[in-house]
Amino acid sequence: MSVEAHEMPILPDVDPLEKESIPQAARRKLSSPWASFVVVVITFLWTIPTLGLLVTSLRPAADAQNSGWWTFFANPAVTWSNYAEVLTGGNTIPNGITPYFFNSFAIAIPAAIFPLTLACMAAYALAWVRFKWSTVVFFTIFALQVIPLQMSLLPLLQMFNLGWSLGPIPIFPDLNRPGSEQSLLAGTYIPLWIAHTMFALPLAIFLIHNFIAQLPRDLMEAARVDGASHFLIFRKIVLPLSVPAIASFAIFQFLWVWNDLLVALTFAGGTPDVAPVTAYLANVKGTYGAQLHLITAGAFIAIVVPLIVFFALQRYFVRGLLAGSVKG
Amino acid sequence: MTAIKRRRGMTLLAGGLAAGMLLAACGGSDDSASDTTAEETAAEDTAAEDTGGDEATDGGDMAAGCEAYADYMGNEGTSVNVFTSILPPEQQLFEEAWAQFEECTGIDIVYEGSDQFEAQLPTRIAGGNAPDIAFIPQPGLLAKLVADGGPVPASAGATAFVDEYWNPAWKQYGTVDGTFYAAPLGSNMKSFVWYNPQTFAANGYTVPTTWDELWALSDQMVADGIKPWCGGLESGGATGWPATDWLEQVMLRLYGGDVYDQWVNHEITFQSPEVEAAMDVIAGWMKNPEYVNGGYGDVQTIAITPFQDAGAGIAAGTECGMLQQASFYANFWQNFDESAVVGPEGTAYAFYLPEISSDIPQPVVGGGEFVTAFSDRPEVQAVQSYLASPDFHTNKAALGNWVSANSGVPLDTYAAGSIDQLSAEFLTNPDGIFRFDASDLMPAAVGAGAMWTEMTAWFAEDKPTSEVLADIDAAWPAS
Repeated sequence: MSVEAHEMPILPDVDPLEKESIPQAARRKLSSPWASFVVVVITFLWTIPTLGLLVTSLRPAADAQNSGWWTFFANPAVTWSNYAEVLTGGNTIPNGITPYFFNSFAIAIPAAIFPLTLACMAAYALAWVRFKWSTVVFFTIFALQVIPLQMSLLPLLQMFNLGWSLGPIPIFPDLNRPGSEQSLLAGTYIPLWIAHTMFALPLAIFLIHNFIAQLPRDLMEAARVDGASHFLIFRKIVLPLSVPAIASFAIFQFLWVWNDLLVALTFAGGTPDVAPVTAYLANVKGTYGAQLHLITAGAFIAIVVPLIVFFALQRYFVRGLLAGSVKG
Repeated sequence: MTAIKRRRGMTLLAGGLAAGMLLAACGGSDDSASDTTAEETAAEDTAAEDTGGDEATDGGDMAAGCEAYADYMGNEGTSVNVFTSILPPEQQLFEEAWAQFEECTGIDIVYEGSDQFEAQLPTRIAGGNAPDIAFIPQPGLLAKLVADGGPVPASAGATAFVDEYWNPAWKQYGTVDGTFYAAPLGSNMKSFVWYNPQTFAANGYTVPTTWDELWALSDQMVADGIKPWCGGLESGGATGWPATDWLEQVMLRLYGGDVYDQWVNHEITFQSPEVEAAMDVIAGWMKNPEYVNGGYGDVQTIAITPFQDAGAGIAAGTECGMLQQASFYANFWQNFDESAVVGPEGTAYAFYLPEISSDIPQPVVGGGEFVTAFSDRPEVQAVQSYLASPDFHTNKAALGNWVSANSGVPLDTYAAGSIDQLSAEFLTNPDGIFRFDASDLMPAAVGAGAMWTEMTAWFAEDKPTSEVLADIDAAWPAS
């Protein structure tokens, strides 16, 4: 079997008429009744905590406070007031979850698009543009994944607030707000976008590179012969063919940023102008940590968006995840 | 088919991008809008001041109700951000209490509360993004921040207020290496015993005022078939802290302030005879199987009962007689029973845990936050001074659910018969011995570590007292 033939199945909708391949065998074995039964049981077990959250979010405050959610079935009392309080505000947080919700979008969408854009271009260059040391560059970027982002929080924060220069060469300017010790960037989304982009790039470049590198060489060569530039190849051939990888990474990155609290609190702070929905959830419990009914209702509102994103893009998900890991 | 899919994918991305830009734009315009309004009000304020001429003749627009803020003027259009661990709904009360100050002085106070406060604050300071003012709940954290550089000494105004209105012990806790940094804000009083006044009345019990009466009452309850005491240590990652409070109460009552300070500074160890004697007192109290654990079971259940739930037996009536807990426990009674009333005739109230000997008059263990400034800009100094003034403390106390140790706050500011009024009565007593919660003063490895876990083990596993104390000592940092 030639190398090309081996790589063909990566392309969507090309079904090689061969004898049963390994994935097909796996699929056949996994669809036995026993396997299905096990899957159903595991799914059920995994869903119980979420069910508990949902039930608690619908119970009156006193019930949620004083008894476990399972007692709901013996003593069912349903109220929408928790959701009303979370959405429109109440004693705990006057304006409700809405401003935080919009902040989350304003943070997560650019923080998913910036790294994707950069990573696609970088991945293409590393995979198909021949230049000296390209492998070294690729492995260096790949290796950057081992650095925990917590390590870079402080240096990054210093850079945003105090500027940073290498000797006499300014790398990042010191943007001081007049009449205050605070940087112009403090209290804006910008440090968050930059930070999330930086943290995402190594994995993004790695995943997308592996996908792009496996596109058939013939395609690229044919395009080159027809006189296409790198940019044209990237735009007309590589990008359209890489949608599964791009979409699956977009889901990953969006979910990660949506659920992030640490980076948001560190770089933007917890005021309602900039804080994401996770900060709302952390604060809604109030000083005495006893607002279970509000936390659960808020959590359910907060997971609606990730669910929509996931279901909208899920058909790409598995395909994109397998990028570069399975041949054939 | 793939083409369609592709196009849809791209549209989705494009749509997302557009939405992102739109939101970013909205966020931006929002910001600038609020900025301009702040500037406008500031401009108006200055204009008012200019046209008003000198203050003596000015009875008009600017000075209406603003005379009290004369000392803080001259900072119009500035903003001061405040970072705290105090979350809503208390945030709104703070904002309400200083609303008039903001209006009169033109200083915008931006409030930010976070339950990650202790972790976030040092990060922000090191990252060059220090808040202007932080409310620090642990004097130990203040000392650490001063050592690392960051806090600036307290404003002259704040210092003067603290000298005039607080028990001298408080100033000590805002002082690091002889420099006074931070004035106290809210306070809580930990030397309380909670009980059910209606149960007491029905059984003919009277509130004990001496140490001996307390134990006579406990024995009386045992004779009547009521477990006199209940307690709960479970508190997530902080499990065990209520037991450290018990030890602090007894230490301060047995030996007074000086020995307590030595204990806090580890000049006397946990294995010293003083601490052992204090542990023996608790062993005869909260580890006495005849006395505990009302509403829950045997002594061991103290370790696993959430502290929020410990008072359930008191709320229920006769399952438990008394609970040693801080003033803030007032917030929990309605969790047991929505119709609970906190008050001298209600279903829950507290009495002062009596002193042991008259040589050590009215010992009180408490806590509080300290208003620390990280900038010497005039508006920051003005806010720091104002937050120490009797004026602000009276405003805030009048809104309820908050206690100040500032003796300039009239006691009738608090709701009559409220637990806040009772707390303030003890906290503002100039002759009482006030000491800060010891576990908040000790190094975190002990005060927020070994002391919690070892005291929990003492209850949960009946670990021998000598081993408990030796293990706490072993956890004390070497330096």
